[in-house]
Amino acid sequence: MSTATEDRIDFYPTHEADGIRFRRGRPLPFGATIVPNGVNFSVFSSSADSCTLVLFNKHEPRPFAEIEFPREFRIGDVYSMIVFDLDYETLEYGYRFSGPWDPAAGLRFDKTKILSDPYARVLGGRDVWREQPDWNDIYQHRARLSFDDFDWEGDTALEIPTKDLIIYEAHVRGFTADPSSKVSAPGTFAGLREKIPYLKSLGVNCLELLPIYEFDEWENNRRHPETGELLLNYWGYSTVGFFAPKAGYAATGRLGMQVDELKNLIKELHRAGIEVMLDVVFNHTAEGDQRGPYISYRGIDNRTYYILTPEGYYYNFSGCGNTLNCNHPVVRNMVLDCLRYWASEYHIDGFRFDLASILGRDQNGAPLSNPPLLESLAYDPVLSKCKLIAEAWDAGGLYQVGSFPAYGRWAEWNGKYRDSVRKFIKGELGMVGEISNRIQGSPDLYWYRGPTASLNFLTCHDGFTLRDMVSYNGKHNEANGEWNNDGANDNNSWNCGWEGESTDPGVNALRRQQMRNAATLLFLSRGVPMLLMGDEMGHTQGGNNNSYCHDNAVSWLDWRNVEKEKELLRFFTKLLAFRHAHPVLRGNRFFEHRDYVGSGKPDIGFHGTRVGQPDWGGASTVLAYLLCGKHATPQDNDIYIAINMYWDGLPFQVPPASDGKSWRVAINTSMRSPEDIYDSAGGPRVDSAEVIVGGRSIMVLVA
Amino acid sequence: MNLAISEANGIGTARLEGSLDGKTAPEVREQLRPFLAANSKLILDLTKVDYLSSAGLRLLLLLYRELSGRKGQLVLVGVSEDIRTVMSHTGFLNFFTLANSEAEAKQSLA
Repeated sequence: MSTATEDRIDFYPTHEADGIRFRRGRPLPFGATIVPNGVNFSVFSSSADSCTLVLFNKHEPRPFAEIEFPREFRIGDVYSMIVFDLDYETLEYGYRFSGPWDPAAGLRFDKTKILSDPYARVLGGRDVWREQPDWNDIYQHRARLSFDDFDWEGDTALEIPTKDLIIYEAHVRGFTADPSSKVSAPGTFAGLREKIPYLKSLGVNCLELLPIYEFDEWENNRRHPETGELLLNYWGYSTVGFFAPKAGYAATGRLGMQVDELKNLIKELHRAGIEVMLDVVFNHTAEGDQRGPYISYRGIDNRTYYILTPEGYYYNFSGCGNTLNCNHPVVRNMVLDCLRYWASEYHIDGFRFDLASILGRDQNGAPLSNPPLLESLAYDPVLSKCKLIAEAWDAGGLYQVGSFPAYGRWAEWNGKYRDSVRKFIKGELGMVGEISNRIQGSPDLYWYRGPTASLNFLTCHDGFTLRDMVSYNGKHNEANGEWNNDGANDNNSWNCGWEGESTDPGVNALRRQQMRNAATLLFLSRGVPMLLMGDEMGHTQGGNNNSYCHDNAVSWLDWRNVEKEKELLRFFTKLLAFRHAHPVLRGNRFFEHRDYVGSGKPDIGFHGTRVGQPDWGGASTVLAYLLCGKHATPQDNDIYIAINMYWDGLPFQVPPASDGKSWRVAINTSMRSPEDIYDSAGGPRVDSAEVIVGGRSIMVLVA
Repeated sequence: MNLAISEANGIGTARLEGSLDGKTAPEVREQLRPFLAANSKLILDLTKVDYLSSAGLRLLLLLYRELSGRKGQLVLVGVSEDIRTVMSHTGFLNFFTLANSEAEAKQSLA
């Protein structure tokens, strides 16, 4: 008896047309799946009249076959077909849907358009970054097949406890595109891989990548009216296909091998102990509003994929033309399928959801109290160890920091952390009470969730870099070609006395000190810290706080700063090591403000310039606190932190250390390198009962 | 795609010429099948391979897995700089032993 795998009836075709042999397929899974002897194509549309599979050879302008799905190949609203004898490597496929044109009813079928598969795992058409596309091509974003047989060997997601994460937010292209990166393939996954040793030595253990789903860098491209600079969709917050990696980010994209190249990067990052988190954009697609192109969703099932007004126009809660209808059961399943695919096939460790509040809106756009999509993601068996982080607001006015539906799983980008710490650092009054909450992991916001719900950050891709935060009072976005009207205005930044680059040594010294202050607060706070790519080496965007369109030196990391800013880089590296070395800084639980281990002092105790006398008043710019190491797991040193955001130096009375030990200076941001930071066990001993903390500076002692 | 297979002292040498891609990889695999059934040491000479696609790389990895599963060995010879770069970017390179010449490959297999 021969083996069953060669013998099944459904391994052979039943139909033939145009020389193509095919048979009825299976409705699930959606997408194109390689099956014995052929490929199973399956696609959903609730209101089409018919569907045609369109087959191309790679890069050919015209299809080599078009096969209409016979009536008996449709089950419910799903069209499926197995096609035989295809070359998996050179095949490109799409669909034509015919159905009513009735925009007021939300129906926009157009049989002249060839549409991408919403489940396409590889997309061609923008194979090489910034290579001019053929605008006359009848099929711009071409679905291809993926082997999905990568040899991961022993690799799996790292599952680093959330409390121990240090996240580094980076743009794949911007990280190494500049020639100063000296990598063999600048601006690609492969180039990033060459910088893994740098990330490891810096001490980050989670790399969060700006969108890497296929997008079109040419979307809305234009020339700057004055400079003539080509402006592109550089950030990529505009998804063409949710299941396909950005081909132009792969050195091997030209060969269609972006899947392997990305997986190899992830495997190598995992080997270095670094998790990979994806910034995912499920709030809208690249199809824009009614004036936008037909890429996929609009022509397949417009009413299902988008939230439409009663007149059939697109709601724009994303600020990008349309809004994905995330709580439609079919779309919800697509999002779930997508994330499961990335978690299982790419070993992704976590996801950060752009404008995540949209994911909690119903099919009319109203916020839901118990959004099924967010609940499904929180309880999904495949995603159960993935970190889920929400950008807890949207462009439609929903702001949910502290109230995002969490199901005990979701963390949030803590926008309040950023805003209040920035204000405090620049010396605003009345911030001390607020700051005490922020450094504790924001118990006022997340009392029901714990401190790991708070993703702490001071800077991210969207806004000033750290260096610009201390160098500019206002944004300088003229290079974006929108007369400085774009980008946020509430930056809470302070230029230290001069707007922009300065040659004044006093100004520059203060700026460096302010950067050290910001970093120290960020990495000593409870919660999950996130660092923006390049902040550790003083990356500047020249005051541009919205660099989304700049595929150039404005955005690209200048690696010469590793040498130029080596003192700052040293400070960051030691600061991250300090956080890793001290479990008392990272807990899963909030402080209880009492002694529950019998150490003789509470887990956290607040002080002012006098022991036991914190000044919570509206004129105060001073706060000190002591973290008791005996309350940490495992037990740790005591850490005392004295923050002086007053402009002049102040004497701080130091509380006694446990067990008669002496305090040692770990960090003093008012000092220049190398006396600004010491190894994790501390540097010089403090023998006096009082220390002078310099103006606008922080002193950290360990014992 | 041309393929010439020879065998001496239990070591097989397969010289490939042309493109190794989705069309030719299954043919190469088929032609190597009888040899692999009887031997476990293989040198693949790619000196005259001008193009190695994703499916071609997968064939190499399949051969590697098949041979190493039987405690056999596979050595690649004549991998061009371009192909080596692609193999490095995509992670395939990690699996293979590379040699500069067939003679060197034979030594490493001896």
